[in-house]
Parts: sequence; structure tokens; C-alpha cells
Amino acid sequence: MTGRPNNRALERASESLYRGGRGDLPRRARKIFFTGFLACTLLVSTGDAQVTFERLLNSSKEPQNWLTYSGDYSGRRFSPLDQINITNARTLTAKWVYQTGATGKLETTPLVVDGILYATAQDDRAFALDARTGRPVWMYQHQVPADIRPCCGHVNRGLAILGDKVFLGTLDAHVIALDTKTGNVVWDVVAAEYQKGYSFTVAPLAVKNLVVIGVSGGEYGVRGFVDAYDASTGARKWRFYTVPGPGEPGHETWEGASWKIGGAPAWNTGTYDAVTNQIFWPTGNPSPSNRGAGRAGDNLFSNTLLALNADTGKMNWYFQFTKHDEHDWDATQVPVIIDSGNKHLIAQANRNGFFYVLDRATGKLISANAYGKITWSDSKDAEGRPVAKKEASPTLEGHTVCPGALGTTNFMAPAFSPQTSLFYATARDQCDIFSTAPQPYEAGHAYYGSAYFPSEEAEPYRGFLKAIDPATGGIKWTFEHTSPTWSGVLSTAGGLVFTGDAEGNFIALDAASGKSLWHFQMGGAVYAAPMAFAVDGKEYVAIAAGSAVYAFGLP
Amino acid sequence: MSETTTGRTPVRQSSGKTALPALRVALLILALVTFLAADDRNPFANNPKAAKAGESEFRINCALCHGLGAHGGGRGPDLTRAQKKHVHSDAEMFQVISNGIPGTVMPANGTNGQGVGMTDEEIWQIITYIRSVEVKAPAHAIGNAAHGKELFYGDANCSLCHMVEGKGGRVGPELTGVGGSRTQEAIIDSVRNPSRRLAWGLTESTKEFPQEYETITVITAEGKQIKGIALNEDNFSVQMMDSSENIYLLEKDKLRSFKKSRESLMPIYKPDVLSDKDLDDVVAYLISVGAK
Repeated sequence: MTGRPNNRALERASESLYRGGRGDLPRRARKIFFTGFLACTLLVSTGDAQVTFERLLNSSKEPQNWLTYSGDYSGRRFSPLDQINITNARTLTAKWVYQTGATGKLETTPLVVDGILYATAQDDRAFALDARTGRPVWMYQHQVPADIRPCCGHVNRGLAILGDKVFLGTLDAHVIALDTKTGNVVWDVVAAEYQKGYSFTVAPLAVKNLVVIGVSGGEYGVRGFVDAYDASTGARKWRFYTVPGPGEPGHETWEGASWKIGGAPAWNTGTYDAVTNQIFWPTGNPSPSNRGAGRAGDNLFSNTLLALNADTGKMNWYFQFTKHDEHDWDATQVPVIIDSGNKHLIAQANRNGFFYVLDRATGKLISANAYGKITWSDSKDAEGRPVAKKEASPTLEGHTVCPGALGTTNFMAPAFSPQTSLFYATARDQCDIFSTAPQPYEAGHAYYGSAYFPSEEAEPYRGFLKAIDPATGGIKWTFEHTSPTWSGVLSTAGGLVFTGDAEGNFIALDAASGKSLWHFQMGGAVYAAPMAFAVDGKEYVAIAAGSAVYAFGLP
Repeated sequence: MSETTTGRTPVRQSSGKTALPALRVALLILALVTFLAADDRNPFANNPKAAKAGESEFRINCALCHGLGAHGGGRGPDLTRAQKKHVHSDAEMFQVISNGIPGTVMPANGTNGQGVGMTDEEIWQIITYIRSVEVKAPAHAIGNAAHGKELFYGDANCSLCHMVEGKGGRVGPELTGVGGSRTQEAIIDSVRNPSRRLAWGLTESTKEFPQEYETITVITAEGKQIKGIALNEDNFSVQMMDSSENIYLLEKDKLRSFKKSRESLMPIYKPDVLSDKDLDDVVAYLISVGAK
């Protein structure tokens, strides 16, 4: 073993993982550890500093680190770093590129702790890099079974960190704790049967001594849940079923036995409020996604924001955005905690095209305003909640509804800047023809009950970054992309927002005006959200695009 | 679809365990033969119930391109034609649905952003459905292909912009394969209403053509106006071709003006310019080339 790893060593190691076919390997997880690397080249002290719950709570005191999926518990995806700012952003330059070697979409948001960057790639790969150079420290490859069929690619959106472990949810529904220094598996628990369509793609959230994670599988008739595992042992501490069983409140909102296969997955990362000790976790579509026949009722708690007691997983309140959804409008967008004067709010730019602001102590709706092209609702109920028009329901022949099946937004992480008090959301104007396609339920098989098509009469798709004022629901500015993007958004104290586009550009904009200040062509479409960190007093902005992670900084 | 737009093809696997190597080989051969035999036969052939189930699967997985009722759409051929370009037997159809057709937009099972990947059983149901809607008469061109070729390269001026089998212009889409992948109605429609299909909103990954042939008009910093088609574009740059087939590589912020329109540069061929009969002949020519 030479003193440091090189690309060939990495290639050899990667190949050996796949030689003989994935199905031939034992289901045991594999990892690669680059001995000697730490000792010879890393001058950054990774120390033995543990990422305690206190550090996660007070993440703003260490702006050089990015400790959760959204950067902090509030979900604002706001970096307090301001070295890169509106006056020097035009000089930004690429610092390093790390090629994951994986194929498919890269949706990860990296974490950075004390000079080490932790991220994931497709097919449940996790890795640690020197955050200044992009050189690998370790790589872990989960052995993904050959017969998984996740709906939307072999994707993963990132890790959580607590103590000396990072936590990974896998496509075959495992929750795995990896040692931060080696990538060694510390524990590995199975949450559900992947054969029935359960999987994880979400970045977990570490709260207190718990790893909180929500399941995917709304396209398979799963019964959704949010789980919490003991970070030290992997023991499950609580589970909240997002579809209530017999005798539980909300059960009456499901027709017959439809609750058993009711979906309501929880596949995007929630947020946490320490003052009220509540975890806010959003849920997705009822199953089957576009056919309401057979599941009459509101279908609680699908397309809902849940406020759960962090210690017990008991529900304090809920707010359902889309009742009895028939358009696949998962409400899984990150719910962002915003304080405005003495108002304690939580805001979400929802896939159904409305921007919602709620009181986060009670779940009471404060406002709901359209931020994209919508045709499904033209009225509101007594609480101010948009109500679906009857004729918006899919039919056998199909008819056009806006937004389309991909929604006004989707999993793209939003951002909120306390400097501008603006909420930044990636948005899409697209209408689809929704048509039902009756389909029997069969365990582990796709269960859509529907098909959607581009509408021949519809306008071309349009994609935007929109700056929404949560106080009024109005749009402060709009940056129109050449085509719709799947990129998330980062806001920074340098007065900037960063986003990516479908054509491969990484873009810095003035957070106040939306004026584009700088861009870099990365050569691959963006499906991830940016983040920021600093090492040795130098700020970096990082994002995944194509099959690589890119880091940018000042010259 | 909940999370995003694409999926992956499941990998079929088989396994067997035995201590004796010879027996293992024999079992493997037996397994392989059974496996191949199983793949050759449609277990649901002519089964109306399977065809009905296949129709649902078809709507979810195939209709985006091949149209409701399998009559063909903007990008996918009419599958009710008994004569298909790439497949004849059910077994070939199974392979094509499972693995896609390289060099075309036909994706492998589960990778097209519609549906999440079908099981073998579901694929056989779809094949049963397609067989049930086939019109048994062989597809035949409605016009005179030889005259259509004369028109294409002559009086109808198609070849000024379109290339077929290496001959013709570059500004419009290459049309060698179009007769095999589009319905006659779709080709006729795109000649009579050239702008209509530009407005089709298709998912980004599977556009009708690699380019959409939007019309771009720019005025450069020097004041020169350039009008042409977009070859590619992002937020900051555009690559375009003018009607003289010159390529321009432009940075948007250096332009005096930039306008994009979904009105096609292609002239509208009304019946007084190209009669229905002559258009039928051009379509017959394109089908005679494309169905090869």
C-alpha cells in the first residue's frame, strides 16, 4: 500500500465490487478504506470532535460546517458565510471535481464537518472526501439487490450525521450507520420489505439521539411511515404510520381496506423545532396515485404536514394540503421554519402549485397563494384551503390539468434567506392530460391506476426560480430558465442564491433582485441542491451535477 | 410518479445450488433451455383478460409515445400496423420492450420516465394487448413513392431543408427514418401545420427530435440580424443555424436582442401549394424509405 490512494486504486476497488454481477455477491455491505491517506496528506484536524445534538442545534455557531440535509434544523438552506458575495461572485472558479463513477441521477446534498465532506451517490454509495481537494478518504457501497424496482431511479439524497456516525437509508429499505472515519458499518437494520415496494431515498434527520427517516413507495401501494432509530444501536424507538389503522384517528378517511395499501410515503427530509420539540415531516400521495376510485375519503395523512413529538412520534397536529389526491401531488417538499417578529411560522412551496404558510405551534393555515400555473382549484374553504374542482378529476378519456403530474415543484430543495426575507423555490409551469388506467393491486408491483400525457394544446413547459415573499405570498422576482430544472436552491449571507439548470449550468444570482451574476457549465444536468462550507478560512459552494460533485471558490 | 422521472431496468437472475459439478452444469443447461423456451412463448396469447390488463399497462408505460389505442403518437410508431419494423414474433417484441431499441428513442423497460418497470408477466400482457388491436392488412403506402421522391427532391422543395439517406439540406430534421416511426397522419399534419408539433410539451429527456427546431432571431452587438433554428440553448448561450446552413455560437449577454419563437421556419404547405395527392406521394416515398 502506497502512501495515498490514486484513481487506479479507486477504479480497481470499484470494479471488484461489481465483478461477477451484483446478484452474485453476498448481500453483505462492502466498503473501501484508503489506508494511509489520513496520516500522510490530511492536515485538517478532523480530531475526535463528535457531532453532538448540541452542535446540530447551534449549527449557526459553526458556519464553516453543513451539518444536516438543509444545513440546519430550520430547513432554510441558508449559509451564514459571506466571503463569497455579490461583489466577488463573478470571479468564482472551480476548485475540484469528484467523479462518483455511478450512473443515473445524482440528488445528494453533501454534509461537511471539520474539513471532511460526506455525500452519497446512486445505488446507495456513500463517500467521504477531503473537502479542500475532493480526494477520497473512504467509500462505502451497499450491496443493492438486483430485483429492486424503485419508481424514480436508484437515487439517494444524502446522509445525516450524529456522534461518530453517518446514517444512510437504502433502496432496499435498510437504515445503516457508518463510522465517520472509515465508512465501516456500525449497524444495519431492515425497516421494511423492499419486495413489497418499500425503499429509502431520503436523507435522514438526526434529532437528539434519534435517526428520523421516512419511507418511499407511493407507487407500490405501501403503507407509509416515519421511523426513529436509536443512533447508537439501531433499535427502533418509534414509528408513525402515515395511514392510520383501525381505531386510529383518520382511519375513517379511507374506504374499506384501501388504507392497507394507502401509500402516503414520507420521502423527503423534514425539519425540527427545539422550542416545541416537534419534528415537521411532510408526506406524499395516496396510492394508487391518480385514481381515487376505491379509496373514497380525504385519505389522511397523505399529502400532509405532520407535527410529531420528537421523543414519542405522537402526532401533535397535521395539515393536509391536497385531500383525496388524484394527481400525484406529493406534499413532500421541505417545510421551512420561519420566524417573523413574534410569528412562528412554517412554510411550504407545495407540488400542487400553492405556497402555504402555517402557524407551526398549531398547524393553523395563515395563507395559501398560487405561485405557478394552476387550474385544479378556483375556490377556498372556510379555513382558506384551496378546494379541488370536481372536473379536475382524471377520467378514462383524460383531460388537461395544471400543474401536471410532476407538479409546480417536486423534491427540489427550497431556500429562505433571513437577509431578504424571501423564500426561493424552483418552479415549473406544465399541464398534463390525466387519464385513469384501472389496475389491480399486486404486492411489489407498480400501482399507479393512471397515466399522464403531455397535453397537445398545452404551452411549452417553462421552468423558473421564484422568490416568494412569505408575508404576502407575492412573487418578488422570477428568473426564467431555458427549460425546467430539477435543481434545488441555496441562499447565503453573501446576498446570493445559487441554483443549477437542466443544461448543466451552476448559477449565482443576486438574492434581492434575481439578477444572474456568474455561471459555470458543469456538463451534466442538475438534480441536486447546492450547499456551502469553509475550510482553512476559505468558503466553498458545492453541488452535484451529472455524475460528479463540484466545489467552487474564489481564486 | 412520485419522486422524479426515470427508473431502471430490473435484472433477471436465476440461481441453483448443488454439490456435483456435472449435475450443476446439467441443471444449468436445463434451466437455460426452460428459461429460453419460457421467453419464446406468450403465456397469454389470445387471452382477452390478459389483453385487458395489458391495455392498462400500455396506457401507463407505452401510450406517451405510441398513443392511446396504440395508434402512434408524435414519436412512437403506430403499433396497430401488422408489419413492424423491428419485431415480428412475440419473443422479439418481448426483447424490444425489455431492452429498448438502440439508436432510437425506444427505451428499455422502466427507463422512460413512465411507469416503474414491468414484470415479465406484465410485458406479455402488453404484447397480448398489441396483438389484439393489430389491423391484419399489411401497411401499404397510399401514394406513388417514385413520384413522391421526384417531388421531395424537386418541385416540393423538401430537400432544400431536409435530408433523406444522406442527400438534402440541413436546416430541418433528417427524415430517413420518419416513415417507419410516424403515422401517415402525423407526417401529413407536420407538412400542413409545421408549427403545431413544436408546441408539443414533451418531457425534457425524450423530445421528439434532439432539437426542437425553434426559430431564433438575434441581433448581434455589431447590429447584424441572424434568423435560424436553435441547435441547442442554455441560459447563457445559443448554438444556431441559419437558412444558409451557417452555424453561429453565441453568448446571449453579448447580443443586442434575442427572440425565440415556436413558429416553425418551415413554410406551411397548403393544398394549393402541394395537393393532397402529391402529399400522399411524398408520404409514400418517406414510408418506402423509412420502413426498410
